[in-house]
Parts: sequence; structure tokens; C-alpha cells
Amino acid sequence: MAAVERPFVEIDQVSMRYGGAEGTLALRDATLSVARGEFVAVVGPSGCGKSTLMKLVSGLWPSSAGSVVVGGQEVDRPLPMVGMAFQNPTLLPWRTILANVMLPLEVVEPHRRRLRAERAAYEEKARRLLAMVGLAGFEGKYPHQLSGGMQQRASLCRALVHDPALLMLDEPFGALDIFTREDLWAQLQDVCLTLKPTVILVTHDLKEAIFLADRVLVMSSRPGRILAERRVPFPRPRSLEDTYTARFQDLVHELRDHINAARQGQETEHAA
Amino acid sequence: MPHDAPRRGEANARRVEALAAAARRRRRLQGLLPWLIILGTFLLWELAVRAFAIDAFILPAPSAIAASMAQWWQPLLENAWQTLMTTLVGFGLAIVFGLALGVAIGSSTLLYHGLYPLLIGFNSVPKVAVVPILVIWFGIGTVPAIITAFLISFFPIVVNVATGIATVEPELRDVLRALGARPVDIIRKVGLPRAMPYFFASLKIAITVAFVGSILAETVAANKGIGQLMMLASSRFDVPLVFAGLMVTAFMGVAMYAVAAAIEQRTTGWAMRGQGEQQVSAAGG
Repeated sequence: MAAVERPFVEIDQVSMRYGGAEGTLALRDATLSVARGEFVAVVGPSGCGKSTLMKLVSGLWPSSAGSVVVGGQEVDRPLPMVGMAFQNPTLLPWRTILANVMLPLEVVEPHRRRLRAERAAYEEKARRLLAMVGLAGFEGKYPHQLSGGMQQRASLCRALVHDPALLMLDEPFGALDIFTREDLWAQLQDVCLTLKPTVILVTHDLKEAIFLADRVLVMSSRPGRILAERRVPFPRPRSLEDTYTARFQDLVHELRDHINAARQGQETEHAA
Repeated sequence: MPHDAPRRGEANARRVEALAAAARRRRRLQGLLPWLIILGTFLLWELAVRAFAIDAFILPAPSAIAASMAQWWQPLLENAWQTLMTTLVGFGLAIVFGLALGVAIGSSTLLYHGLYPLLIGFNSVPKVAVVPILVIWFGIGTVPAIITAFLISFFPIVVNVATGIATVEPELRDVLRALGARPVDIIRKVGLPRAMPYFFASLKIAITVAFVGSILAETVAANKGIGQLMMLASSRFDVPLVFAGLMVTAFMGVAMYAVAAAIEQRTTGWAMRGQGEQQVSAAGG
């Protein structure tokens, strides 16, 4: 039986309202699906409910309506198969970089059970991840001894260390300068090409979304809805040079128009 | 001019060296200063007593106190030992129960709101008023002193640990929650380490007030301890010995504080970043 493979992530008619029945509607009937191994970026103006969407998919918040299914499992609480990196590095300041990266292994089964017996192997794995993002030699440092970009790289390693089937990135490069950000795009692409996780990236940077993703979704302003969807045709691995080509720029402009339309929609709504 | 560059390099090196030397001097002064100030205070005290011919019965000079210490060193030592042990037992109990209750209150909003008024009410009760009750329950001796030391040093520990845990950044909690961590995991991996700087800060306060508690109880009802010795001395109008008791107590307080501070420095260095590193970088140029 060659059944069509079910999408890995299915978000179906999900809505989120804050503060009870009369509260603000942050997300309305969001519907999207992500195939296994796919890299999807969600872009939109600030306050469009992108982060809300992330919180719902990761199970940190319960949704008001609709359903989220990841790997065939209804998300009603955080799932251990999800790795998440936040806008801030959120490293624990009392732990060294290596200990920070290994934190998920102390929490998530089956690693938690095995950690004591196979500590050396796990440590080796964490070191390998750190080396992949150029942090070899910084394992013993504390977070405050590292720059913001380095902390964010360590946070990325932490999100990946327990082999999550789904990687959720909530504006992970938002607080970094453009040079560091571009560096990290390339590194993230390398990591993704090696480990091949399913990724959902939330960002307001169109260039970032197009550079990294297989598919870009544009969200409208509050209440957030998925307005447009665009497949990124460029082959991988992509280089930073590609971002200056006309084809790349055309795509940026096209998505930009969608966003502008979304923002204007918001203004007329306010005026009405 | 081409030969300017090396000269400028030399001048730079000299300036860096001068900066490092200044930093070293400052650090040496910092280490010496407390001793100098204590010495100065005693000197001023001695001079004032002599200059105004103050009676030893009103205010004994440091020299008189020292003489009294030399004369009564054995009972002073024995009673100081008793007080130290009493205080440490009470303090130890306060750490155990304070930590447990602090974690409970800090991690549960319900407990926090439920228990706080009672705790504050309890802490507002003067402990002098409690000692007679303790004596009725446990009789005169070591037990009331231990309990008083415990009662008085318990509160700062609870409040600090609870604050440390209750103020964990939601982002840090989310990191663990997103991994499906249980509440116990979150307290162990984030809450407790996060509360440690608060905990050690409270220990420095708690150890000093623990001495207040045990000596208070000893002055009211005990047959041993520095507090009892001071009461005995004052009933004999031996004021220099009373002051000798005070000195010994102050010394024990400072010593225990130093121990608490040293442990704090070793275990929660991450929370006190900055100062040490600046000095290193200045010395390294």
C-alpha cells in the first residue's frame, strides 16, 4: 500500500485568544502543514502572532481552537521530540557552555536514563555540535564570557543535541548584527544539511527566510492568518552571494508586497 | 620618523606596567584597610578614655578589656565554644528548614500567598518574648538558645530562597518546559541554582543574627555561654569582662561571616562577574 505520507506537522484551523472570550484574537484559523525534513519559514509584520504560533506548536501554550499534530501526536503539552531556540540565547548563567548544551539530555528520555552510563559519548556529541558552529575550545567558558552571537550558536546546539525530529526557531537571530546573522545563516544551513531535521523558523527578515527555507509562509497582522505561500526554488547549498542575485531579490520584493498589503489591511481595520 | 614606533611601543608598555602596579597597590590597600580601621578605632577609643579620664565602670579602655581577656581567658573560651556550638546548631536547622520552606513557597504561588502573612507575623514577634515560653517548655539550658538562634535566622533564609525561585525568568523556565520537563526538574535545574546567590546572601545575614538569638536566650535563661557570662560579669560590676564577652562575640560573628562569604564566592562566582575580570584585563594590558 503506497499511501501518501502524512505531513509531519499539521496545524489545522488553530486560533488563539488571550484573556478569555472577550480578549484579543492573536491568531485566526491558521492552517499549515510541514513535511518531514522540510524547512519552513513563517514571516510577517511584528505582532502578527508568529511567536504565538510557535508557542502553540511547541505545546508551551494551549490553543483556543483547532488542533496541532506533530509526528502523529496531538500536541497538548510540550513534546520531547521538539527542540527550540528562542530569540534570546536563554543560556543558564551558572553552567558552562558544554553543560548548557547538554541540558536537554538531562531532561529528555531516553537520553536522561542513559546519560550517566554513556556520559563520554554524549559529551563527545555535544562537542561535535559546538565545533560545527565554530565554538570548539569554548566548552568550558561561561555564557557571560561569550559574545551574543556565540551565545546564540550555543543555544542552537542546545536545541539540536537531543536529535529533535522538529526544530523550532523563534527569531533566533533577531538580536544579532547583520554580519553575525549572515554567518549564522550559513552555519545553520550546514547543520541542517547534515542532520536533516524538520524546521519551522519564525522571522521578520525576508532575506533570512528565503535564504534558509524550502517554503516561505506570509502571515497577516493580528489576528494572524496565513496570507500567502511561496516555494523557494534555489538549489542547496545556497551561498551568501546568491542573496545578491536578481532572482533572489525578485522573491524578496514579491514577499515584501504581501507583507505591505498585510500591514495596510491592518491600518484600514484600525481606521474603521 | 621610523625609529618613533619602537619608542612609542616602549612608552605604551611602561604605561601598562604603571597601570598594573596601581591596580596591585589598590588591591593591597583593600586587603589592609579593614585591619587599619579596626586598629584605628581601638586607638581612638583608648585615647578618648584616657583623655577624658572615663571610669572603667562606664567605659573600659581596650587595654583594660585586653587585660580582662588575658585574666579570664579560660572561662571566656569555654563559654564562647558553648555559644558557637549553640549558634551553629540553630543556624544549621535554619538552613535545612529555611531552604525547604523557601523552595516550597517560591515554587508555589498558592503556598506563597497562604503562608506569607503567618511568616511575617511570626517574624515580627520579638524573640525576647519567646524565650520565657521556650524555658517553660524545655527548661533552662542549651535547647532554648538553639531554638532562639533557629527562629531568628530562619526568616531571612526563607524569604531569600523564595524570592530567588519565584523570580526565575520565564524564558529560562520555558527552555525547560519546551523539553517536557516536570516541575521537579525545573526547580532542580533552574530554580535552585538561580536561588543560590540569594541563599548565600541570606546566610551572611542569618549567621550574624543567629548569634544575636543564642546570646539573647543565654542572657535570659542559661547556665553556660557568652551571654550568661556577660550577665554574671555585669552583676559583679566587672564591666571590662562584659566588654571582653562582647569582643569575643563580635569576633565569632565576623569569622562566621567570612566563612559564609568564602563559600558564596566559590559556589556562585557566576553571579558576580565583572569586577575580577576587569582587574585581570588591566593587568594583562
